[in-house]
Amino acid sequence: MALLDVENLSISFGGLKAVNNFQISIQKGELYGLIGPNGAGKTTVFNLLTGVYKPDTGSIILDGKNITGKKTIEINRDGMARTFQNIRLFHNMTVLDNVKVGLHNHYSYSTLTGIFRLPKYYKVEKEMNERAMELLQVFDLQDEANLLASNLPYGKQRKLEIARALSTKPKLLLLDEPAAGMNPNETAELMDTIRFVRKNFDMTILLIEHDMKLVSGICEKLTVLNFGEVLAQGATAEVLKNPQVITAYLGE
Amino acid sequence: MKTKAGNKNWGSNAITYGMVILAYAVMQAMVMSGNISSLMKGLLVPLCMYVILAVSLNLTVGILGELSLGHAGFMCVGAFSSAVFSKCMEGVIPNTMISFLIALVIGALAAAICGILIGIPVLRLRGDYLAIVTLAFGEIIKNIMNAIYLGLDSKGLHFSLKNAAALNLEEGGQVIIKGAQGITGTPKVSSFTIGVVLVLLTLFIIINLTNSRTGRAIMSIRDNRIAAESVGINITKYKLLAFTVSAALAGVAGVLYSHNVSSLTALPKNFGYNMSIMILVFVVLGGIGNIRGSVIAAVVLTLLPELLRGLNNYRMLIYAIVLIAMMIFNSSPKAIALRSQIADNWKKKHSREKKEA
Repeated sequence: MALLDVENLSISFGGLKAVNNFQISIQKGELYGLIGPNGAGKTTVFNLLTGVYKPDTGSIILDGKNITGKKTIEINRDGMARTFQNIRLFHNMTVLDNVKVGLHNHYSYSTLTGIFRLPKYYKVEKEMNERAMELLQVFDLQDEANLLASNLPYGKQRKLEIARALSTKPKLLLLDEPAAGMNPNETAELMDTIRFVRKNFDMTILLIEHDMKLVSGICEKLTVLNFGEVLAQGATAEVLKNPQVITAYLGE
Repeated sequence: MKTKAGNKNWGSNAITYGMVILAYAVMQAMVMSGNISSLMKGLLVPLCMYVILAVSLNLTVGILGELSLGHAGFMCVGAFSSAVFSKCMEGVIPNTMISFLIALVIGALAAAICGILIGIPVLRLRGDYLAIVTLAFGEIIKNIMNAIYLGLDSKGLHFSLKNAAALNLEEGGQVIIKGAQGITGTPKVSSFTIGVVLVLLTLFIIINLTNSRTGRAIMSIRDNRIAAESVGINITKYKLLAFTVSAALAGVAGVLYSHNVSSLTALPKNFGYNMSIMILVFVVLGGIGNIRGSVIAAVVLTLLPELLRGLNNYRMLIYAIVLIAMMIFNSSPKAIALRSQIADNWKKKHSREKKEA
């Protein structure tokens, strides 16, 4: 059974059909790419999947659980985490605290325990610190743990966002243009990171990307979106050869 | 690395607590030796009250990132609810300290309940809208307190919005809240020591809350609401929690106030819009989100007008100039650049001297 099963998903903003009859099926462990021209509705699909928008029609099944129309925080608890096209970090908090916010629902003590510094506070905080540092090490951010997130260089901010998303223990990770604004070196490094995450965290990943080198390099399957509708779907190599896709997106 | 940050944090908090304790010791020594004017002596409890108000408002404005202009309203709720309790219990509970402690809890709870009731609808709003609604709340509370008549006799509490006669009290019953005349004869229990203990308690709660799991959730909402939601933070819950804690502590300040004055009335001066703005000024000038800054700003800006009293007409002018100068010093990009430059120069000079030595 697929990890993510989306069928017949549609949403309109006024008269504009932003996403129409979208469907996708992602198997566990797959690295899946969502591509298409600007304004095709890729980010809208992400917003629908994560509950930012409520779909007009359609159903979203994550790991056998219907999450259609649920709230963002519930969907996150059910196992979906995302990053954003325009980086959204907690800028005035440290790198470590950014990840610890992600751990919020997995390590718990009450507000009063926190205020009165009961033993449980120290125990849980220690566990959280250890877990957060582990995650930061994966992304080579351990030396910046106590910097403010806004003081990180751009590439590292992207990485921190992925680390934060992973800290919520998702089943499915959505990456919205992870390579945007990166130079070729940084992109190559990012590709390694994504491969590493997938292998070590046993993660299923759906990513939006314009960098075709990255897409053809790491995605096994692709869905091409054009004007809110699915133009082509299938294995990466075949989709990229599809004449319709070449005309609409890649160019001759 | 981890432990280092922990230590640094701890050190910074220790400075804040130490500062308050040191100020207390100095002032107490001055009071003991009689080296203090009666005017200053009268200011000590209000000083504590302003510090509590500033620090608690900083939770809403600095940590949660929402502008609230109704802080004096919560203080008003705390002041009146606790004063009513103390008046009713006068003579019933022989120990004034125990009675005061219960009054403290009642004041904080009453303000917290108001915080929740106001917070549920209001925290859906953002920015300017929230500011306007909280401002209105403060004014409404003040005006309600001006209209209430409350009396106590052997049958229990009597309530009216008309006048004292409408309470139909039995003989021997006493009027507790006399409309616009407020509450007179609340036991004067507040002292500088109690004030400082409450300041330390407030600092303890706010600082520890900020550096906990809950505090991180609150700050994540401030920094990026959408991202906070995407990692599963319950926005409504933590916004309401921060707002309520802030209100409860304002209520504590109100209790301190009501047990320090001989007659408690809801005037624009003490519970109105001006008061809310003044607390906000403390927070903004001390640095939004900076707890120690709030303490310093509250103390300096409360003492300044009093210390300048000799200058008569010029004192408000000087007050305004100090406000502007502090604002520039704190926030202007050029001033910040200048400050860091001076700090760098100082460091260089210092290290050079060390080498030469």
